Amino acid sequence: MIYNPEYETMPREEIEQLQIERLQTTLNRVYRNVAFYKNKFDEMKIDIGKIKSVADMKELPFTTKEDLRESYPYGMFAVPLKDIVRIHSSSGTTGKPIVVGYTKNDIQHWSAMTARLLAAVGINEHDFVQIAFDYSLFTGGFGFHYGAERIGASVIPSSSHGNIQKQIFIMKDYKTTALLSAPSFAVEVANKIREMGIHPEELKLRYGLFGAEPWSDELRGRIEDNLHIDAYDNYGLSEVMGPGVSGECPEKNGLHVNEDHFIIEVIDPKTLLPMPAGSEGELVFTTITKEGFPLIRYRTGDVASLMEGVCPCGRTFARMSRVTGRTDDLIIIRGVKVFPTQVEEILLKAEGATPRFRLIIENRDGLDELEIQVEVSEKIFNDEIKNLLNLKGKIAGLIEEELGLAVRVTLVEPETLGGNGEKRVVTGK
Amino acid sequence: MLRIRNLESGYGTLRVLKGVSMHVNPGEIVTIIGANGSGKSTLLATVSGILRPAAGEILFGGDSISGLPAEKTVHRGCALVPEGRQIFGTMTVKENLILGAYPARKKLGRDGIKAGLERIYGYFPKLKEREGQLGGTLSGGEQQMLAIGRALMSGPRLLMLDEPSTGLAPIIVKAIFRIISRLRDEGNTILLVEQNARAALAVADRGYVIETGQIILEGSSGELLNNNDVQRAYLGKDYKSISE
Repeated sequence: MIYNPEYETMPREEIEQLQIERLQTTLNRVYRNVAFYKNKFDEMKIDIGKIKSVADMKELPFTTKEDLRESYPYGMFAVPLKDIVRIHSSSGTTGKPIVVGYTKNDIQHWSAMTARLLAAVGINEHDFVQIAFDYSLFTGGFGFHYGAERIGASVIPSSSHGNIQKQIFIMKDYKTTALLSAPSFAVEVANKIREMGIHPEELKLRYGLFGAEPWSDELRGRIEDNLHIDAYDNYGLSEVMGPGVSGECPEKNGLHVNEDHFIIEVIDPKTLLPMPAGSEGELVFTTITKEGFPLIRYRTGDVASLMEGVCPCGRTFARMSRVTGRTDDLIIIRGVKVFPTQVEEILLKAEGATPRFRLIIENRDGLDELEIQVEVSEKIFNDEIKNLLNLKGKIAGLIEEELGLAVRVTLVEPETLGGNGEKRVVTGK
Repeated sequence: MLRIRNLESGYGTLRVLKGVSMHVNPGEIVTIIGANGSGKSTLLATVSGILRPAAGEILFGGDSISGLPAEKTVHRGCALVPEGRQIFGTMTVKENLILGAYPARKKLGRDGIKAGLERIYGYFPKLKEREGQLGGTLSGGEQQMLAIGRALMSGPRLLMLDEPSTGLAPIIVKAIFRIISRLRDEGNTILLVEQNARAALAVADRGYVIETGQIILEGSSGELLNNNDVQRAYLGKDYKSISE
């Protein structure tokens, strides 16, 4: 079902009119209300009055994650703080977190956008929607929650922590029909029910909406087979809004971007020039309705492409391909974001370890696992075994504490990881 | 129906509108709210052809009406109810109305004009009562009814109203807005410029907020009513009453 047909099937020329109106409105507001943008536009001598079409956007500067960090906590907000009704933020394990604020209208729009995703795949008021995303500063849980309530589904806010067995009992007993989670969570569920001897048909699951980490079509097939469901991809990021920026329709062929709220661009991350449709590049988003935390040309670091052609589902919104990677060295393991520099910082705190390491991502039963190989110092290498074991435990503990991720730590001999220059290598196995 | 892109306009060297983009879909009431001097009336004057735009485009039903003189835009079906009514005080109510049909006289014919009069009298029975009275002797509210009736006589596809509530008692404002709402329900398309944001947003489907010649907010009436800036600046709520 198409939740907002007046927008989702709007003729292209009307979308274009809507986008330029909303873009100009947003520019007028950020120039008046956000010092960062006023200074930046003035510095670069950009006259926002010259932005007369969506194509003129290329004259505008980008906004980066660094810009957002430097504005910590509320520097990028475009409304007085009392107008903010919700705050989310990134985990902030490296440096300062990014804090995002929403007004009443922002929350309304967000709810409508996640409602679109659910309605698109056929979820309605008869469904039981189990939301196994964290209900926290992270946008996943709350973002989907309001949309699911809006379409009248029975929402089960099971969140993602707690043990998987309990989640499965809930799924079985409460007759969950739709699972909203990270794809890795669905893999865990599939593995666990096999182990528990529960046949997928004993569950009432029919739909899975998975996001928050990149996943492949191959994994989709596996999840669909193992859980007997239809699995759909969706995309979002807290800086831009949260889940609901784009999502798949029943065609499972590209994610429709909510173009009445966002303008999508794909750029070459090196030259910063626009990439033609069909070519991969970095996703860049501009928000055109957000009141609390508007962003102009935000560089996401996510790699995907714009798709050509019209989708047979009837929606006229542009489609992006599934996200295939990152422009930086960010690794996403089961929804947890890890930059190799974070590992380096942690290793510097562990006496006996060197900041030379290698990250190895291994896929077991469809689940990504992270192994960290750490080079130890000469001194500790010749020490007692007991001390080496202690060090291993200490590193694993520090990493779990700081990154919230259980990893396997392996210690390797000094000078085995390619000398001092080579600090880290990321390998996918 | 109406689509405006990057419109710039003003008086002499004074730029009042600095790149306004907006649209009105068929069957909608769209309101433009803003303070005195923000450019609301300049926008209507430019669309209706009283002012020539300095830049930008105005499409009406897909055709450019940018820079067309006022009489031609009326022919195309774009009628303005000007601020301050501007009725002809020394003509009777009926004469004022018939004059409104002048641009469409050939299309309407004698019978069409008669039917138009009956339609207007249906909306405003007061005008029927005062049919033979001189326009100048009417009360403010009646003059506003007459001005709206006069604009409707040409059978416009788009009715533009400039500050219809100005100088009227609240009870009269209510009556005028009830008629505006009824006109929309009957399929008319209306662009309404108002300082009285509360009354305008109560009847409009969507709105734009204009400030120093630029649109700074747009959205459904519900969204605009929800917006704290609109509440503070245009609905007369201070910080305290918002939080209550």
